[in-house]
Amino acid sequence: MSADEVRQAGLELGRNDLLTHEQAGSAIFGFWVFLMSDAVIFALLFATYGVMLPATVGGPTPADEYKLVPTLIETVLLLTSSFTFGLASVAMKHGASRRQLLGWLGVTLILGIGFLGMELHDFMIMFSDGAVPSRSGYLSSFFALVPLHGLHVFFGSVWIVVMMVQVLTFGLDARVKVNLQRLGLFWHFLDVVWIAIFSVVYLQGMIQ
Amino acid sequence: MTDGILPAVLGRFEWQSLPFVRAWEHPNASEIVGAGAGAVVIIGAILVAALITRLGKWRYLWSEWFTSVDHKKIGIMYIVLAFVMLSRALIEGVLMRMQQATAVNSPGFIAPDHFAQLFSTHGTIMIFFMAMPFLTGLINYVMPLQIGSRDVAFPVLNSVSLWLTAAAAALVMASLVVGRFSTGGWSGYPPYTELAFSPGVGTDYWIWAVTLGSVGSTLTGINFAVTIYKMRCAGMRLMRMPLFVWTALCTSILMIFAMPPLTVATALLALDRYLDFHFFTNDLGGNMMNYANLFWLFGHPEVYILILPAFGVFSEVVSTFSSKQLYGYTSLVIATAVITVLSFTVWVHHFFTMGQAADINAAFGIATMAIGVPTGVKIYDWIWTMFLGRVRFTVPMLFSLAFMMTFVLGGFTGILLAFPPLDYLAHNTLFLVAHFHNMLIPGLLYGMLAGYHYWFPKAFGFRLDEKWGRISFGCWVLGFYLAFMPLYVLGASGMARRTQAVFEPSFRPWLYVAGIGALLLAGALASLFVQLWVSVRDRKANRVFAGDPWDGRGLEWSISAPPPEYNFAVLPQVNSRHPFHDGKRQDDPYAPPRAYEDITLPRNSMTGPAIGILAAAAAFGLVWHMWWLAIIGALAISAVVIARSFARDVEHTISADEVQRTEQRWLRAAANAAPIPRELEMTSANQGLAEVSA
Repeated sequence: MSADEVRQAGLELGRNDLLTHEQAGSAIFGFWVFLMSDAVIFALLFATYGVMLPATVGGPTPADEYKLVPTLIETVLLLTSSFTFGLASVAMKHGASRRQLLGWLGVTLILGIGFLGMELHDFMIMFSDGAVPSRSGYLSSFFALVPLHGLHVFFGSVWIVVMMVQVLTFGLDARVKVNLQRLGLFWHFLDVVWIAIFSVVYLQGMIQ
Repeated sequence: MTDGILPAVLGRFEWQSLPFVRAWEHPNASEIVGAGAGAVVIIGAILVAALITRLGKWRYLWSEWFTSVDHKKIGIMYIVLAFVMLSRALIEGVLMRMQQATAVNSPGFIAPDHFAQLFSTHGTIMIFFMAMPFLTGLINYVMPLQIGSRDVAFPVLNSVSLWLTAAAAALVMASLVVGRFSTGGWSGYPPYTELAFSPGVGTDYWIWAVTLGSVGSTLTGINFAVTIYKMRCAGMRLMRMPLFVWTALCTSILMIFAMPPLTVATALLALDRYLDFHFFTNDLGGNMMNYANLFWLFGHPEVYILILPAFGVFSEVVSTFSSKQLYGYTSLVIATAVITVLSFTVWVHHFFTMGQAADINAAFGIATMAIGVPTGVKIYDWIWTMFLGRVRFTVPMLFSLAFMMTFVLGGFTGILLAFPPLDYLAHNTLFLVAHFHNMLIPGLLYGMLAGYHYWFPKAFGFRLDEKWGRISFGCWVLGFYLAFMPLYVLGASGMARRTQAVFEPSFRPWLYVAGIGALLLAGALASLFVQLWVSVRDRKANRVFAGDPWDGRGLEWSISAPPPEYNFAVLPQVNSRHPFHDGKRQDDPYAPPRAYEDITLPRNSMTGPAIGILAAAAAFGLVWHMWWLAIIGALAISAVVIARSFARDVEHTISADEVQRTEQRWLRAAANAAPIPRELEMTSANQGLAEVSA
C-alpha cells in the first residue's frame, strides 16, 4: 500500500501518517456514505418546504419574517468556521503543535456557538411575531428544515468539545485523527446545507 | 388520576391501558383474545427468563451473544428475532382469515378496532420485524464469508443496528401488554393517524417502532455497502463477487437512500402529533399527499430491499444444486442494478387514484411495467442454469422452483395493476392484497427459507432434517395457494381489503378456502419448528464439520462448519468467480498454510445492547408521554456514544498457536472424512467433504 494511493475523498493523511491513512480508508468512506443519507433527509425537507411554501393560510409570510442582515451575518460566521476548521485539519495533518490544533478547533467552536445564538435569536423574534410552527403548513415546514440544520450544528459543537478533550487525553492517536477527519467532513457538510438554506429559504423568501 | 406526581411519572397510562383490565371489565371474545395475546407475551417472557436462569446461562448469553460484535453471531440473532416476530404476525394473519370466514352477515369474534390493530401489526411486523431482520441476518452471516473478510467494516455499529431493531420489535410486543397498537395500517396514512382521529397511544407505538427500525436499517445499509466496497479479499474484483454479494450491495444502496424518506415521513407525523405542526393535517395548510409521496418514496424501494437478497439466495442455490455455474452472471448483475435504479421511479403506482394527472400516472405505469423486464431476465437465467445440470430436489431447491412459478404469477397480476385504469377498479380490494402476498411470500419468505436451509449447516455444523423440511415446504406452497388465490377472486368481485365484516354471502366459500390455507401456513411454520427440534436432536448423525456439504462454489464453503471466530486463518486470494470450486479441482484446498499468524479481532462491546435498551425506554416514554423517561433515555444514549468514542482497548488477539490448533483440528477431520458423491448428500454419509468430479 503506497502513501500516494488515494484512500478516500477529502483531506488525506497520505505520507504524513501512513498507518492511520490506511485505517482511514473504510472509516472515512463510511462517513461519506452516512452524509449522503443525511443529505437525502435534507433534500426531502427542502422539497417539503418548497411544496408547502404557498400554504401560509393568512398567517405570516416569508417576506414578513426573513431579515437579510442577521442571516447574512450567520452565513459569514458559519463559512468562516468552515475555514478555521480547515486550518485545524491542516494543523493536524502537518503535525503542527497541539496548541495550534486546539486553538483552531476552539475558534471554530466559538463561531459555531455564535451562529447558534443568532439563529435562536431569529427564531425568538419569529415566535414573538406569532410565526410559530402550529400557525400554518408553511411555518411547519420552515421549522422542520432550518432548526434541523441548527440541531446538526449543535451536535457538531458538542463533537468539537469531545474531540478537544480527546486530543488532550490521547494526543493524536489513530482514532482521534480519523474522528477529526470525520468531524471535518461533518462540519463542511453543514456549511453546504446552510448555503442551500440561505439561497433557497431566505434569499428566495425575501425576493417574493 | 388527579394533578400531581402520578401523571408526571406515568404520563397517560391508566389501568384500562392493560388488556387484562379491559377483558375483566368487558369480557367479550375480542377483548379476551387481546388479553390472551398479552398473557402469551408475558408468560413467554417469564418462561424464557426462567429457563435461562435455571440453565445458568445469563452470563453466557450476555458475554457470548448479546455483547458480541461477531457478524456471524449478530446474523444468527437477527434471524432468531425474525422467527419470533414471524410467529406472531402469522398467527395474526390466521386470526384475520378466521374472522372474515366467520363474519359473513355476522359480527364474527373480533371487534372492528381490534381487527384494525391486527392488520396494522401484521403488516408492520412482517415488513420491518420479520423480513428486514431475516435478510439482514442472512447477509450479515454470509456476505463477509463470501468476500473473504473477517468481519464487517463497522462491527460495533452492526451490533447497534441489531439492538435498535430489537428495541423496535420489543416496542411492538409491548403494545400487546400495555395500551394498544395503531389502527392505521402498516403505511400509517394521515390524516387518519393524526391526533384528531387517532388520539391514543397506538399510532405513537407505530411511529417510534418504525423510526427505530428504519434508523437501524440505514446504519446497516451503510455498514454493508462499505464492507463490500472496501473489505473484499485480494483478487475479488467486483465482477468476481458471488451474486448474493451483488444483491446484498444493491439492497444496501437502496437502504442508504430509501430509509431516510421513511424516517422523514414518520418524524414529520410525530411533529404533527406531539408539537402541533401541520404537515399532514386537514386544516391550516397541511397536505397528506406529501406523506403519501414520502412514504412510498421509501415504500417502493423497500420492496426491492426485500426481494433482491432473495434473488441472490436463489442464484446461489440453483447453481449449487444444479452443479453448474450460474448462467448469465453478467446479465444477472446488470438486471440487479437496473432493478435498483428503476425501483426509485415507480412509487406513484401505490396511489394512482389519489388525484394526480393521467399523464403522470401513465409515466409511472410504464416505469412499473419496465421493472418486469430485468426480473424476467433473471427468471430465464435461473432456468438456463438448471438446463442440463445435475439438479437435486433438496429443500432449498424446492423453494427456488416454487418461487419461480409463483413469483411469475404474481408478476402478471402486478403488470395488470400497473395499468392505471385497471388499478382504479382493483385498488383497495383484496386483489391488491393477493398481489403483494404473491410477490413477497415467494419473493422474500421462500428465498429466506431457502437460504436458511442452504447455509444452516455452515452456521451450526449439521444439516437440517430433510423430511420435515419437505413437509414444511409442502405446507408453505399449498397453504399459500389456498390462502391467496381466493383473494384474487374476491378482490376482482369487489371485496375491499381490511374489512372486519362481510355482507355478501357468495363470498363465503372463497373465505373458507382462504381460511384453510391460512391454517396450513400456520402448520408450515409449526413444521419448521419441529424440523429444528428434530435436527438438533439428531445433530450427531448429520454433522458436516468439514464444511462443504453441497459441493459449494464460493469461499464460505472453504472453511469449517461452524466457522472459527476469525473466519479465515489466512485471508484468501482468489482469481475466479468460483474460487472454492476451482480450488478443489486444481489442488488440495485442505492443505495447511505455510505459517499461521496472530489474528486481531474487535472486542465485545456493551454499546449495542445499551443503546438498544435506552432507545426502547426513550421511545416508550415518548409513546406514554412520560417525558422524564424520554429525556433520560435520549441523554443516556448520547452519553454512551461519547463514552464509546473514549474506549481505546477495543481489540483482542488470537495467538498463532491457538489458530493453528483450531485449524489442525478441522484439517484432521477433513482428512478423515469420506468424500461423498452428490447422490448421498442428504444422508448421514455426508460429513461435509465433497467428492470432486471434473
